[in-house]
Amino acid sequence: MKKPIYLDYSATTPVDPRVAEKLCAYLTLDGEFGNPASRSHSFGWHAEEAVEEARGHVAALIGADPKEIVWTSGATESNNLAIKGAAQFYKGKGKHVVTCKTEHKAVLDTCRQLEREGFEVTYLDPEPNGLVDLRKLEAALRPDTILVSIMHVNNEIGVIQDLAAIGKLTRSRGILLHSDAAQSAGKVPIDVNAMNIDLLSLSGHKIYGPKGIGALYVRRKPRVRLEAQMHGGGHERGMRSGTLPTHQCVGMGEAFRIAKVEMAQENERIRMLRDRLYSGLRDLEEVYVNGDMDQRIAGNLNISFNFVEGESLIMALKGIAVSSGSACTSASLEPSYVLRALGRNDELAHSSIRFTLGRFTTQEDVDYTIKLVKEKIGKLRELSPLWEMYKEGVDLKSVQWAAH
Amino acid sequence: MAYSDKVLDHYENPRNVGSFDKGDQSIGTGMVGAPACGDVMKLQIRVNEQGVIEDAKFKTYGCGSAIASSSLLTEWVKGKTLEEAGQIKNTQIAEELALPPVKIHCSVLAEDAIKAAIRDYQEKQSKGKADAA
Repeated sequence: MKKPIYLDYSATTPVDPRVAEKLCAYLTLDGEFGNPASRSHSFGWHAEEAVEEARGHVAALIGADPKEIVWTSGATESNNLAIKGAAQFYKGKGKHVVTCKTEHKAVLDTCRQLEREGFEVTYLDPEPNGLVDLRKLEAALRPDTILVSIMHVNNEIGVIQDLAAIGKLTRSRGILLHSDAAQSAGKVPIDVNAMNIDLLSLSGHKIYGPKGIGALYVRRKPRVRLEAQMHGGGHERGMRSGTLPTHQCVGMGEAFRIAKVEMAQENERIRMLRDRLYSGLRDLEEVYVNGDMDQRIAGNLNISFNFVEGESLIMALKGIAVSSGSACTSASLEPSYVLRALGRNDELAHSSIRFTLGRFTTQEDVDYTIKLVKEKIGKLRELSPLWEMYKEGVDLKSVQWAAH
Repeated sequence: MAYSDKVLDHYENPRNVGSFDKGDQSIGTGMVGAPACGDVMKLQIRVNEQGVIEDAKFKTYGCGSAIASSSLLTEWVKGKTLEEAGQIKNTQIAEELALPPVKIHCSVLAEDAIKAAIRDYQEKQSKGKADAA
């Protein structure tokens, strides 16, 4: 069977063949398999060199010093380490944290844990376009606020927050700024100094590197301190113990190196394809883009097809791999919390599809997708009692639904 | 999630899709569920004077299992008396379609839909008789 067309690059990306080739040299006996922490022989030294070169590539993409990069197992761990680590270290200064309702669960759930530990967390409502209003953020800051955590790019709707403006505000108040950049590194320029970012979470597999590797940027000037969450041999300057996975570090480093070189050109190509997809779908009736269309990464199109339920649409689109904002598949029957936070009504939140395009997406993929989506939307709307009522001019809000 | 072959078959070739005239005396309409929950089922039956369901049509907004449950139901109720159709249980639908536990609510909704359609038809009939008298 032919594989479906992959349009779920925000979930994960295939490893770039150049990355795969490079990391494979750090696994077997005839390669560099040593423990980078081994000081007593060349196996260790060579592995350490490779890890440090990779660290340099990661740092370079975000304008950081290599010494400010801590390897982790992925962005989830980075978010945990940054938020819990900073909150626990600075709790003597205050116990208030500010974040946003549309953050990734790795941030939201970590904040919930802080609440259980006696911290107070303010969860900001985003604007209907998904962006954080700076005035609302400023109004939420208190004398005891120690940390603000706002993601750079949202995983569902792809909107880009104005980190430079947020960083200016937090720096002027002496508050730490953490940002989850899992979805933005390699897609949007990042400069931790220009943006006044103190802590930044990074992921390998969102940008054509391997899974199971990430990094946390931890500012050195002025120095940011963290309470370690993983104790052991004192690797990564005591912030994250555990033997470094040399091949994964090398893979992530190579992925970040390629991203820095190719980002501008690649974005242009992907944006052209995304816009082609959007213009192919926008002439359907009752379609709505979720999130700001301008402040958005090139590869994301999150769109609601009103009166069609997301999971059934995904089932109809079996020739393409996309994800639904509706979390029906996880059995919760809850529509996407991100779309709800934007104030989208239930029907629209249940009807959303996230298309994310990437390095290996072609124009043929996009044209096929447009054709397939149009055909299937037509079929599912023929099946939809809500579409029939809409066409009869019934206001769905006026209907007394029997909620179950 | 993997769907059973029967769900896929009903989803890809739904039986009896469509609508009857709601106002017709011989039609019973059941609309259950809510857009907020991600499922809305509309089931309609045409009943003859002997109280037998001659035809059934549906439209469903919902996941593949919800569409399959309502499609299967329209097949099952045709030719049944109202009493027989009212005895169809969600567990029979769930079993026939091999629905996983998280999709059982789709079969519950289908059972609710046929019950609501029967009730609507019966109310119409008793109201019709009252108007005649």
